[in-house]
Amino acid sequence: MIVGGGLAGHRAAKALADDGFGGKITLVGDEPHYPYDRPPLSKKRLSGEIDDDACAYALDGLDEVEWRLGVAAKRLDLERRRVVLVDGAEIEYDGLVIATGRAARRWPNLPAIEGFHTLRSLDDCHALAAAATPGKRVVIVGGGFIGCEVAATLRGLGVDQVTIVELADQVLGPVGSEAGVRAAAVHRGNGVDVRSGVSVAGFDGQDRVEAVRLSDGEALAAEVVLLALGSVPNSEWLADCGLELAAGAVLCDEYCFAVGADDVVAAGDIAAWPLSDKHGVVSIEHWTNARDMGPTAARNLVAPPADRKPYTSVPTFWSDQYDLKIKSCGFVKGADRLTIVDEDPEKNALVVEAHRGDTLVGAITINRNRALLGYRRKLEEELSS
Amino acid sequence: MKIIVDTELCEAHGDCVLAAPEVFDLDDDENVVALLDPSPDESLRVKVEEAARMCPVSAIRVEG
Repeated sequence: MIVGGGLAGHRAAKALADDGFGGKITLVGDEPHYPYDRPPLSKKRLSGEIDDDACAYALDGLDEVEWRLGVAAKRLDLERRRVVLVDGAEIEYDGLVIATGRAARRWPNLPAIEGFHTLRSLDDCHALAAAATPGKRVVIVGGGFIGCEVAATLRGLGVDQVTIVELADQVLGPVGSEAGVRAAAVHRGNGVDVRSGVSVAGFDGQDRVEAVRLSDGEALAAEVVLLALGSVPNSEWLADCGLELAAGAVLCDEYCFAVGADDVVAAGDIAAWPLSDKHGVVSIEHWTNARDMGPTAARNLVAPPADRKPYTSVPTFWSDQYDLKIKSCGFVKGADRLTIVDEDPEKNALVVEAHRGDTLVGAITINRNRALLGYRRKLEEELSS
Repeated sequence: MKIIVDTELCEAHGDCVLAAPEVFDLDDDENVVALLDPSPDESLRVKVEEAARMCPVSAIRVEG
C-alpha cells in the first residue's frame, strides 16, 4: 500500500509494477487527480504553455493499481497494519510506503478574507492563474524558488505589478549570495519589484486583501497575494502512531525503512534518513530525490532483507526563471566558502563552487548546464566511495 | 533499439548524459540534448532505459 499520490508514490508503484510484483497495490492520494508533475505548476502550467494532461504522469503498467484518490489518510495503526482514511475506510496492508510529501507552509492567523494563494497543487495553480491576470497587483511573500519562478512567469504573462517580499537580505537563499544577487538583478531588469531584508507585518482588507503591510511601515497595494513560505511535512496523520519523526519527517534507516518498523518505508520529501556519516540525517525536498527514493523504498519493502539496497543521493535541483537556468547540486548550505570560478555576464552565466574546508560539497550554476554535470559526477563518485 | 528525443520538451537537465554518456550529450550551447547514437548497441539497453526513466520531462522514448 502506498500513501501519497505524488512523484515518489507514483514511482514506487511503477517500480513494483515494472518488477512484476504480484501482490495488490493500493495507492491513496489526498488530491482528486491522478499523479502529475509539480515543477511546471510555477512555470509552464501557470503560464498556460502546457495543459493539465501534459503534466500527468504516464499510467502504463499501472492498470492493476487500486486508486483511492481525493481522500487523505487520517491515521496509521502500526500494530494492526491499517491505514484509516478521512472517509472512515480502513485499509489493511502487508507493506506500507509513506510518500505523503509536504504542503505549503501557511501564514499563522491569516485573516479570513479572499485574495490569498499558495502554490503546491494543480488546483492551487488553476486558482492562481485565474486570479493573477494582467492589471492585477501581485505581491509574492517569500523570495524562494516558488516565489521567484512565479514572479518570472507572471511577468511573462504581462502582469505588470509584481513585487517579491523576502525577509532575508537576498532572494533564493539556498543557492548562495553570488547566484541570488544575480538572479535578483535579472528580476529587477524584468520589472519585478524585489524587496529583500524586509518582513510582512500584516494584511489589510475587509472582504478581500487590499494591501500588504511591511515591517518598515510601507503598505503595498495588492489584489493577489501569493504566500510562498516554503513547506511543511504532511505527517499530521502519523502523530502518535509510534513512528519516529525528525522535524516532522519520517525517520528512516539507510534502506528507507521507518525506524522501528519492518513493514513501513518512506520516500521523497516526507522521509529523513542517514545519508552518510559525514552528512548525517538529511531530508531532501527536491524532485530528483522523490524520483529516486520512491523506487528504492518500494523495492526494499518487498525484497528479502539480504537484497535490500541502501539509498544514497546527491541533492540536485533546478529552477528556470526567464532565460536563467539555475541549478545546484550537493550541500551548498553546509559550505563555509562560495567561490566564483567562471562568469560570463553576457550570457548571464555563472559557476560557483561550494567548499567546506578543503572539500568540495556542492556547486551552483546559472546557464552552465554542462559544468553542473561534472560536479554531479564528482559528488556522486565521492558519496558512493 | 531506436531512441527518439523530443528536443522541444528537453530542458537540458543532463540526467541522460550521466546515465548513458555513450548515447547522450548536451549540445554546444548546453541547452538541449545531443543524441550521439540514435541506434545504440543492445548492450547499452539498461543504461538507455535508465536515462529515459530519469528524464525530468520524459523527453526520451526507447523503441524496439
